[in-house]
Amino acid sequence: MVVGAKAAEERQTDLLFKALGDPTRRDILGRAHEGELSVSALARLYPVSLPAVQKHVATLERAGLVTKQRRGRETVVHAETEALQRAHAALDQLESAWRGRIERIDQILDPPENGDPKCQ
Amino acid sequence: MPVTDVQKDLDSLTMTITAEFDAPAERLWQIWADPRQLERWWGPPSYPATFTDHDLTPGGRAAYFMTGPEGDQHHGWWKVEEVEPPTRLRFEDGFADSDGNPNPDLPTSVATVTLTESDGRTTMAIESRFASRDHMEQTIEMGGEQGIREALGQIDALLAS
Repeated sequence: MVVGAKAAEERQTDLLFKALGDPTRRDILGRAHEGELSVSALARLYPVSLPAVQKHVATLERAGLVTKQRRGRETVVHAETEALQRAHAALDQLESAWRGRIERIDQILDPPENGDPKCQ
Repeated sequence: MPVTDVQKDLDSLTMTITAEFDAPAERLWQIWADPRQLERWWGPPSYPATFTDHDLTPGGRAAYFMTGPEGDQHHGWWKVEEVEPPTRLRFEDGFADSDGNPNPDLPTSVATVTLTESDGRTTMAIESRFASRDHMEQTIEMGGEQGIREALGQIDALLAS
């Protein structure tokens, strides 16, 4: 049952390092740990566009470091605790293992013909 | 790729993945009920599974081992909790020692498989849940997630500065 864990771990590690590999994202994460923040308030802090800030937040979210919540017209960013980050990583392991299994089931039910048209 | 949805619940430590297949539910059920078909997909290509026991009745057991590229063998077991062909299967999945005896010190998870057929197509939902937070932590440790630990350490350092 750990099978697939390796790939998921690498993916999760990649996401974490990617998320942390940018000074603006590190700053957003640091601020989020001090208290929740709206995306529009964040956008005023940095010399970048609102969509650019939204992208940074999305990258942090994919790595399980923050979550977003809609509140009225605002989107609020919360920092995740380490416990939740770990839960996120563990559930990613499960997802990766089952994605692999589902892909293989699909291959058994619907084997690619010679020349593998499925891949084209 | 037949996956249509993935949901994760961080509080109940549950991951639910849903996939749709162009096949009737009976066909999907065979994938689980026939050990020779099951072992074609349970383990990844580099760790193919061999089922030595496979009793899909309530309270029944399954036993398997996966063989790694170095010939290394990793044993596992199922304890079947619910079986309703061809729509529902629920089992606990854990690790075993090299003789196939369940190892109570290693983590387990519970999988619930639901098959729903409509117009000859079948939706398969798999809910996989860690038995407890401890089991989840153990699973992460066994994944040897050094990379994640390093990254989390980097976050701690960042927040301390």
